[in-house]
Amino acid sequence: MSWRRYLRRAKWDRERHEEIESYVQIETDANIARGMPLEEARHAARKKFGNPTLIREEIYRMNTIGFLDSLGRDLRYALRTLRHNPMFTLIAVLTLAIGIGANTAIFSVVNGVLIRPLPYPQPDALIGVWGSALFQGVRNDTNLAPPMYFTYLDQNQTYQEFGVWSSGAASVTGMGDPEQVPTLLVTFGILRALGVQPALGRWFSQTDDTPGSPETVMLAYGYWQRRLGGDKAVIGRTITIDSRPREVIGVMPQNFRFLNSDPEMILPQRLERGLIVSNFSYGGIARLKPGVTLAQANADLARMLPASLIASGLSRKMIETAQSQPNIRPLKRDVVGDVGTVLWVLMGTIGMVLLIACANVANLMLVRAEGRQHELAIRAALGAGWGRIARELLVESITLGMLGGALGLGLAYGGLRLLLTMGPANLPRLAEISIDPLVLAFALMVSLISGLLFGVIPVIKYTRPRIALAMRGGGRSVSQSRERHRSQNMLVVVQVALALVLLVGSGLMIRSFQALRNVQPGFTRSQQIQTVRISIPEAQVPEPERVTRMQNDILDKITGIPGVASAAFSNALPLEGMQTSSTLSVEGTTYMEGQIAPFRRSIFVSPDLFKTLGTPLIAGRDFTWTDIYGSRNVAIVSENLARETWGGPAAALGKRIHEGMASSVAWSGIIGVVGDVYEDGVQLKATANVYWPARERIQTLGIPRTVTFAIRSDRTGTESFLSEIRQAVWAVNANLPLAQVRTLGEVYNQSMARTSFTLVMLAIAGSMALVLGIIGIYGVLSYSVSQRRREIGIRLALGAQPGQLKTMFVRHGLVLAGIGVAIGLGAAAALTRLMSSLLFGIKPLDPLTYAAGALILGLAAVLASYLPARRASAVDPVEALKAE
Amino acid sequence: MPSRKSPLQSEMVQGTLDMLILQTLVLGPAHGHTIAHAIERGSEEVLQIEHGSLYPALHRVEERGWIASFWGTSENNRKAKYYRLTPAGRKQLIAQTTRWEQVVRAIGRILKPVSE
Repeated sequence: MSWRRYLRRAKWDRERHEEIESYVQIETDANIARGMPLEEARHAARKKFGNPTLIREEIYRMNTIGFLDSLGRDLRYALRTLRHNPMFTLIAVLTLAIGIGANTAIFSVVNGVLIRPLPYPQPDALIGVWGSALFQGVRNDTNLAPPMYFTYLDQNQTYQEFGVWSSGAASVTGMGDPEQVPTLLVTFGILRALGVQPALGRWFSQTDDTPGSPETVMLAYGYWQRRLGGDKAVIGRTITIDSRPREVIGVMPQNFRFLNSDPEMILPQRLERGLIVSNFSYGGIARLKPGVTLAQANADLARMLPASLIASGLSRKMIETAQSQPNIRPLKRDVVGDVGTVLWVLMGTIGMVLLIACANVANLMLVRAEGRQHELAIRAALGAGWGRIARELLVESITLGMLGGALGLGLAYGGLRLLLTMGPANLPRLAEISIDPLVLAFALMVSLISGLLFGVIPVIKYTRPRIALAMRGGGRSVSQSRERHRSQNMLVVVQVALALVLLVGSGLMIRSFQALRNVQPGFTRSQQIQTVRISIPEAQVPEPERVTRMQNDILDKITGIPGVASAAFSNALPLEGMQTSSTLSVEGTTYMEGQIAPFRRSIFVSPDLFKTLGTPLIAGRDFTWTDIYGSRNVAIVSENLARETWGGPAAALGKRIHEGMASSVAWSGIIGVVGDVYEDGVQLKATANVYWPARERIQTLGIPRTVTFAIRSDRTGTESFLSEIRQAVWAVNANLPLAQVRTLGEVYNQSMARTSFTLVMLAIAGSMALVLGIIGIYGVLSYSVSQRRREIGIRLALGAQPGQLKTMFVRHGLVLAGIGVAIGLGAAAALTRLMSSLLFGIKPLDPLTYAAGALILGLAAVLASYLPARRASAVDPVEALKAE
Repeated sequence: MPSRKSPLQSEMVQGTLDMLILQTLVLGPAHGHTIAHAIERGSEEVLQIEHGSLYPALHRVEERGWIASFWGTSENNRKAKYYRLTPAGRKQLIAQTTRWEQVVRAIGRILKPVSE
């Protein structure tokens, strides 16, 4: 059978008709020649030929794809049926649209974040080059140090391109208001490895990396548009960055993103060969040579690792203790991180919502099929095969599925826009999320499968109709048999069970969020703490003492702003992610050769920081400006560190410590102990912190030039307040840009963004499931009541009390809900295990959450059963019996 | 779908009718009327058929590529659709005839002892 013939069968039929006419004419001619009169001759010819219509039909059928032909008919029939039941169609399509839409939206997120390849050419060859080492018994990823970069660059056998990067910030002056922009520092291999060609100008070359050569910069498309108006003549222009002139050599294309960041400028990372520095602060990226596997690359790295670590200043013993290992992984993993669990849990959750929606629609279909049993029976009696009827019902449900899918796609589009503007802050690759062909295919598949899913149940039940039964008064006078409602009851049980799983899931997230909120983060009323980050470049103010002076002046000006309770600064406020750790030597403790003193947070602070943040002072005193200007060797430690090292806050006072393990560094005496601060977020352990006065302490480390000011005031966030802060800063130095202008509260909320995002999504899914579940119970009971009016009428006539009848129906609803809850509890216990990594401070089997979920569902079930039950008890027996 | 089968389309005869059509066309192109009469005459009027039932067979054989068709004029100037044998059809006819003869011979051998 050919498509061409199928599509042109009408033309073929015409031709066949002509051919038959031609036969009849020739035969008539022959008959006339034999002496017959014209009429008789024609009649004889027709008789000889046989029935032309039958012949034509036979040929027509030979050219027909029978399935397709009747499918079109079924489709038209289905659409007509659906149009004639607008209420049913509307409810079914809407239910499906919400289910399919939500699934499509979440899938497009999963697709954009997890499935789609990275937006670089041949992304599979891109790898992140890291190490891993044991720190205090925990294996951590480690960054690369400059000597490692040179070792790998020179000696690797598996990389086509290789480079290291770090991120930073830079002040741009000389173009309007001073501005601080996020920057990316790369060695020349990084852009080559990523393979993204600049939109304008050129890439960095090895010359740009070499100290002493002219300083250059590449711009991001956005910055180029925003600050330079997209001027094509920008190449060769000079921009003042951190008070130093740099020549613009290129502009990156519009869609370029570096992993998860949007740097505004890319600067060459200049590293010096041959220096032994243990500065492990660079990320490595390589593009593998064609055909090289991850295992080969890891083996290659393992070969180079020991020498590179020794070149970076570690001893053999240290390397052994830390059990350093190579750690090469697909670059995609660096980009995506561990967000996969969240997204798959969401996908599963939303999938369950769709199942519940399908169960609801299946229930509606069952009710409708019940009502159409009479019609179906008549058709079967007239000779329609059960296959035909089954197909008709399936075509109808798939049509419903498709309509729901089409509307759902629209909803997904809208939902996605909403989701993206809501911008779950730490969701990677947000900009890459869109509805692409894969998402469309997914929506189509989901619509088809849903259609089949809820369509197949009525088909199984009703395509072999018990004709005699159905014909007898359309099934009306037959009283309800248990068997007839078994499918509907089962669907309700499934719905309740699934809804409970989702309720428990969102309950667990709510409890986690509460637990997070209950952690005392070490600062108070963070919404009232305004932060601004200010950097004083060396090129502008070379002398360390003048930097401190300037920072002090700014602080004084800010404190003078009306409404400011107190202000202070630090090189890294809590949750800013800017902190560094270093080893801490404690007087009286000696470390054996190869042993490393534990790493502690090193934070540089001005006086009054603890007061401003609300961190309690447990013992001793705060820093004073005299400590700073007098270069006193003093330190403050956190309570947990004091307990761990000296047994208690009071015992820590007066003890002496210093940063690093070199004996040349002077000891600092502990003058105070402050409460614990969750510097990395409340979901992690409180860090052990050492606070140093914000001034130059060790010559090589220099003075903290980039600090964040914390300003406590109830005027935070208002435009007038911000402008007063800006004026205060610029009154001291008009060339200082203000960056990271936000409140600590925003930072705090953002640190919990993933939990709150998951919470919101699960709560939406949970409430949808609850509503659909209630509708399911309500629908089944209402239908049951309407079908049993006659029975109810008889019961009432025979003296049954309305109260008893009510109880009977409510009990029916509760039995269904009870079975559903029992199954749901089991399923939840099994499934919530999958989300244990998303929970905080709570076990996946938290009894309270399970009980609450069951209770909510139980109450909802009572409500959903009570309404139809009340209707049952209000039946007028006379009316009910007359209606028959 | 129930299908109405014309006498000549029962499975046993179907292949035979195809063969007869091909055989008729060996002598040259012919239109449906001619083919029908030729088969009837050739079988010494044993195969009494409704001539119309020939047409589905013609259509089927044409679809298989064994014959091709073109419009022409009949002997007495009527527009008529002519069929001619294609090379594939000729090959098919030889193959079928050979097979047919084999079958006939085989059946003949089996039936002989009984008739004697």
